[in-house]
Amino acid sequence: MCHLGGEWRNEMDFITMPTEEFQTALLQIDRIKAAEIFESCYLENNNFEALEHLTMGALENIGSGWEDGQLSLSQVYMSGVICEGLIDKYMPKFAVTSKKEPRIGIVVLQDHHALGKRIVGSVLRAGGYEPIDFGQGLSAEEIVEKTIEKKIDILLISTLMLPSALQIKRVVEKLREKDSTVKIIVGGAPFRLDNSLWQKVNADADGKNGAEVSKIIERLAKGGQL
Amino acid sequence: MMNSMERVMATLSYKEPDRVPIFLNLTIKGAKELGMSIKDYYSSADYVVKGQLLMKNKYNNDMVMNFLYSAAEIEAWGGEVVFFEDGPPNSGEPFIKRIEDIYKMGVPDIKNTDCLLKGLEITKRLKEQVKEDTPVIGAVISPFSLPVMQMGFEKYLELLYFNKNEFNHLMKINEEFCVAWANAQLKAGATAISYADPLASPTIIERDTYISTGFEVAKRTIARIKGSVATNLASGIALPIIKDLVETGTKAVAVSAKDSIADAKRIANKKVAIIGNLNAIDMVNWDREKTRREVKQLIQKAAPGGGFILSDNHGEIPWQVSEDVLLEIAETVKEYGNYPIQAE
Repeated sequence: MCHLGGEWRNEMDFITMPTEEFQTALLQIDRIKAAEIFESCYLENNNFEALEHLTMGALENIGSGWEDGQLSLSQVYMSGVICEGLIDKYMPKFAVTSKKEPRIGIVVLQDHHALGKRIVGSVLRAGGYEPIDFGQGLSAEEIVEKTIEKKIDILLISTLMLPSALQIKRVVEKLREKDSTVKIIVGGAPFRLDNSLWQKVNADADGKNGAEVSKIIERLAKGGQL
Repeated sequence: MMNSMERVMATLSYKEPDRVPIFLNLTIKGAKELGMSIKDYYSSADYVVKGQLLMKNKYNNDMVMNFLYSAAEIEAWGGEVVFFEDGPPNSGEPFIKRIEDIYKMGVPDIKNTDCLLKGLEITKRLKEQVKEDTPVIGAVISPFSLPVMQMGFEKYLELLYFNKNEFNHLMKINEEFCVAWANAQLKAGATAISYADPLASPTIIERDTYISTGFEVAKRTIARIKGSVATNLASGIALPIIKDLVETGTKAVAVSAKDSIADAKRIANKKVAIIGNLNAIDMVNWDREKTRREVKQLIQKAAPGGGFILSDNHGEIPWQVSEDVLLEIAETVKEYGNYPIQAE
């Protein structure tokens, strides 16, 4: 049994990767076309890393496209959902298992709008991680309790409204009071309109999109710094 | 000196009024002004009317709003509203649990919905107070954007992309409600309607999809609203679709802090007025000096020639923004916003 997410291969190894074509299918929300490209990539390479590379490459470009204002949030979301489904389907073919470490928790603080959580969750699952979903509409206290109980290493908190974003400071304070060393990555609309807000709420990092969160987690998993 | 109505009407027709009009979206701040909780503030039309009139005078606002909170429309559909101590009431769990439920939905009757009747009462009383001197701005959530609260974002995107029939059915129901609610506000005394359509923004939905969906919804809906409409994308970018928004029949577009206001005015080409675009989220961090700089710069870029209303980009001034900042906005407009605008 191999483990998903070994070292990234050199870019040259995947020179024939149909990333652009795959990305176009994702952006057109064309599930059938995306599945066909994925299948041909599977048949041609017959290794899981190639599929992971194809997926993460496309999602990373799409995430950046949204940052630049070129792509929409719904395209980012639907691309993540399509990729997540494809990865789920092909993982058993290679007897691949998800990464259990680091233990990642993901949650929406106060609000019931879970789109951001779902986007980041999809990208992480497409990258072989297995985030533990705490749900949405949780209070600061509930998040602290679950983080401790589930022995979370990295906590991802999504918010929609400014008051919820400001509540993160309380989450961090309460976790530190309990001697938790969990790393906290935040995201959501308020952080996009105030670039220094993540520091004001004492988070460890600002996760601007799913692919960026995935990179931060990868760095941390390898013992690196934020 | 012009009154607020004259000032706004002049700028909407791209004539230079006496000074730049101010539309600060002061909603929950009324509770702070009256020293009460947000929940108590919204419990009575008396408080909202009092708060609006007080804030109009204190901050030189050129409008009063009948707006309660976005989730009030969800209350009308039987959905849950969650109150917070320091932010706007939000919608709770979406009430459309399965896509098939759409076929069981009816249009809420405004006459039997307490929160909407309260909105109409506020409109009527504000109009009695300000008469024709100040615009009373009403508000609706667009039929295209309302489903985010009705069914949640994820399920709605699934509907939008993969369930055409159910999407069209939901739009038909939402359009009926939106038109009825907008026209009831106009009948009660609202001068114009703010059409909140955050999903129209290319930040949220790509233009191609918008053109085949929300754009058509907006054209049909706005055509049936018996008064002027201004479109607000709630901090999402507007530049790539300003020309499209013009075709929906809207008279003004509120643009994002991430949009170039000068480009917005150029693209609008005097066909719609531009409202914007102080960053209301970042405003929490501002002091008087920073506020003065931001407001002055905005006036220089956007005000010459009229067609511009100074506002925040968010549709709501956050609870955490200081009184000093709001006073400074008013003072800076008073100092630098007089026409003709003096070049730097």
